[in-house]
Amino acid sequence: MQTTIHSLKKGEKAIIMEFDLDAVPLKLLEMGCLPGNIVELLQIAPLGDPLYLDINGSHLAIRIETAKEIIVDIIS
Amino acid sequence: MSHENINIALIGNPNTGKTSLFNQLTGLNQQVGNYPGITVEKKIGFCKLPHNIKANILDLPGTYSLNASSIDENVVIELLLNRNDKLFPDVALVVTDVENLKRNLLLFTQIKDLEIPTILVINMADRMEYKGISLDLPHLEQELKTKIALISSRKGLGIEELKNLIVTYKTLSTEPCLNASEIDSDYFNHLRKAFPNQLLYKLWLVITQDANFANLDRHEIRNSYTKSLSELKRLQQKETIKRYQFINNVLKVGQTIDKAVAKDFSSRLDRILTHKVWGYVIFFAILFVIFQSIFDWSSYPMDFIDTTFANLSSYAAAHLQPGVLTDLVSQGIIPGIGGIVIFIPQIAFLFLFISILEESGYMSRVVFLMDKIMRKFGLSGKSVVPLISGTACAIPAIMATRNIENWKERLITILVTPFTTCSARLPVYAIIIALVIPNERVLGILNLQGLTLMLLYLLGFGMAIFSSYILNLILKVKGKTFFVVEMPNYKLPLFKNVAINVLEKTKAFVTGAGKIILAISIILWFLASYGPGKNFSNAEAIVIEKTQHSNLSETGLENAVAAHKLENSYIGLMGKTIEPVISPLGYDWKIGIAIISSFAAREVFVGTLATIYSVGGSDNDETIKNKMAAEINPITGKKVFNFASGISLLLFYAFAMQCASTLAVTKKETNTWKWPAAQLVFMSAFAYVVALIAYQLLK
Repeated sequence: MQTTIHSLKKGEKAIIMEFDLDAVPLKLLEMGCLPGNIVELLQIAPLGDPLYLDINGSHLAIRIETAKEIIVDIIS
Repeated sequence: MSHENINIALIGNPNTGKTSLFNQLTGLNQQVGNYPGITVEKKIGFCKLPHNIKANILDLPGTYSLNASSIDENVVIELLLNRNDKLFPDVALVVTDVENLKRNLLLFTQIKDLEIPTILVINMADRMEYKGISLDLPHLEQELKTKIALISSRKGLGIEELKNLIVTYKTLSTEPCLNASEIDSDYFNHLRKAFPNQLLYKLWLVITQDANFANLDRHEIRNSYTKSLSELKRLQQKETIKRYQFINNVLKVGQTIDKAVAKDFSSRLDRILTHKVWGYVIFFAILFVIFQSIFDWSSYPMDFIDTTFANLSSYAAAHLQPGVLTDLVSQGIIPGIGGIVIFIPQIAFLFLFISILEESGYMSRVVFLMDKIMRKFGLSGKSVVPLISGTACAIPAIMATRNIENWKERLITILVTPFTTCSARLPVYAIIIALVIPNERVLGILNLQGLTLMLLYLLGFGMAIFSSYILNLILKVKGKTFFVVEMPNYKLPLFKNVAINVLEKTKAFVTGAGKIILAISIILWFLASYGPGKNFSNAEAIVIEKTQHSNLSETGLENAVAAHKLENSYIGLMGKTIEPVISPLGYDWKIGIAIISSFAAREVFVGTLATIYSVGGSDNDETIKNKMAAEINPITGKKVFNFASGISLLLFYAFAMQCASTLAVTKKETNTWKWPAAQLVFMSAFAYVVALIAYQLLK
C-alpha cells in the first residue's frame, strides 16, 4: 500500500518508492534515504514531531514536513 | 637514521569514534587551535610510528560527505583539495563504524576519488559479535581498492596493526573504486577535455561546492560548462545513488548480518528516554542534578582557592622587598590570577557534564524531544545543544549552531545564546549569592543559595526563549527548513575522551580568559594606584588635616589615607563619573569600576573588586568575600552588598551583554557587525532597566 513516511505507524516497515528531489535535502539522501531502501518508524516524538526512523540501517530523526514528501510502500 | 615526517588525516562521519582513535594514537600529545580566519577547531596530534617515522595527525571535523553544508565540513574539503597545504595528508584514514558501514562508505568512496592514499579503518569491531556482523575483508579490500584496519578505539584493539599499516602508505592504491562520472558522461568528458591536468572529481567538487581552491577559478569552470543549480543538484543526487549502488553491491558479498543474533540495547533505552512523560522527566532531572551539584561540589575547592590566594598575597607583601613592584605583585597580579583560578572547578564540572551528555549519545535524544517545542519559538531542536553548552561558555555554543540547517533558526539561536548563564557569570553569582542570600535550607533538602542559582539559570533560559519568540516574529529571513539529525547508539562515555575534552576546554578557557583578566587586573592596579592632581599626591596631608580632631589610631589613619587615595585615583574618578548613572541601581563607584571592566569579560568583576579592595584595604589575608561583606556605603550607611543591590546586580549580570569574545564570535558567524551590535545594545539596555526596577522595588 502506497503512502508517505508521515502516515506510517510505529514499528511499521516500508520501502522507499520516490520523492520530490527538490523537497528532500541532499543530506538525507546521503544518510541512505534512497528509493529501494527500507525505512522503519521507530519512535514518534512526544509532541508528534519529529519522527525517529531507521533508514537503511541509519538511525535518524526528520520532521513531518519532510516525511510527507517521501512516498513509501508498506511491507509489514 | 633519518627521520621521516608524514601527515595523516582522520576523516569520518560524526559518531564513528574518530576522536577516540585520535586520542589513542596521540595520547595527550595534541594541540588545539583554530583554522586561520575561521573559528573551526583544529586538532593536531603527534605520534611515533614504526621505522622511525613521525606522524602529524590531523583530526578533521566529522562530515557525512564531501558535499559540504557547513563551515566545519568546508574545512575538510579545502584541505583535501589543496595539495600545497602543509597539512595535506600523505595518507587519509577514513574512520567508519562497523554498525553503520554502508552509510560510512559513502564518504570513503568520495575520498578515494581524490586519489589520496587511503586506509579504511573499521572501528568498533568489538561490537561485531554482539550485532551478528561478519565481514569478508579480502573481498572488501579488493573491491574498495584499499587496505582495511579492523580496530576498536574504545578497547584499544588493532591500534598497533593500524600503525604498521600506515607506514606502508607509499604502497597504497590511489585508484578510485568506482567511476562516478558515468552519471553524465557527456558533461564529464567535456570537463576532462577542458581541464586535462585536473582531477575530474576535484573539478566536480569545485563546481558544486562553495569551497575555495587555489589555482582553480570556480567561475571560469562554471562559465565554460554551465548547468543550472537545479541540474547540478539533480546530478549530485544521481551521484549519491550511484555510489550507494556500488556500496550495496560490495557489501552484498562482503558483509553478512545475522539479525537473529543482533541485540538492540539502544532501542530499548530509547523507549524510556524518549517517552512522552519519562523522557522529559529524565531530561529535567538531569539538568537539576547538574546545576545543584555544580554549586554544591565546586564550592569546596573554590573556598580553598580563595583563601589560598589571599594568604599568598599577604605572604608576598610580608616577605618581598617593600616597593612598587611588590605592591604590583601582591595587589595586582596575585589577586588577578586568583580571580582566574577560582573558576576552574566550576568550568571543569560543566564541561564534564556536557561532554558526558554528548559522548553518551543522549544529546541527540534531547534534540529529538525538544524540536517541536523549540520550533514554536523560532528555534530548532538542535538549538538545545548550544543553549545547554552556553552554560559553559557562549563562544563554543555559538560555534555549535553550525549544524542547524535553517539560517533563521540558526541566527536566532546565535542571538539568544548569550542569555544562558555561562560559567563566567558563575563567580559573580556565587559571590553575590553568598553575600546576600542566607545559607539556609528550605523543606529540609533544598539549599536556598543553590535554589537561587537554579532560578538564575532558569531565568537565563527563559529570557533566551522569550527573546527567540520576539525575534521569530520580527525577523524576516527566507530559507527552507529542513532537519536531519542522527541518533547514534548509546555508548558508555570513555573516561579518556571525557578527561581529555575537559582538560583541553578548561585549559583553553583559562589561558584565553586568563590573559584578558591578568592584563586587566594589572591595568586596574595602575589606575587604582595612581591619580591626577594634588588630591591624590597630597592624600596623607589632606586626610590628617580632616581627621585631626577624631583621634584615629595609626592603622585607622592608614586606612583612611588608602581609601582617600583610591577615591582620587584614575579609576576612582572613572567610577565617580558613572556613579550618577548606576546609583539608581544601588551600586557605588567601586561596583561601577567592576562593571566597566566587565564589558571585556564578565568574570573580571570578581577580580576587579579583589584588586580594588586589595589596594584600598589594609589586611591582605582577608578573603575577598569578607571584604565585600564589610563594605559600607557612606551615603546610605547601609551595607553596599545588601539584598536589594545584590538582586539588582544578579539581574544586571544575568541580562547584560558583557563579553567582547562573544561579540567577536557572533560577528564571525554572521559575517556582519549588525548582529553583535544589536546584542550589545539590546541586552545591556534591558539589563539596566530590569536592575533598576528590581532595586527600586526592593530597597
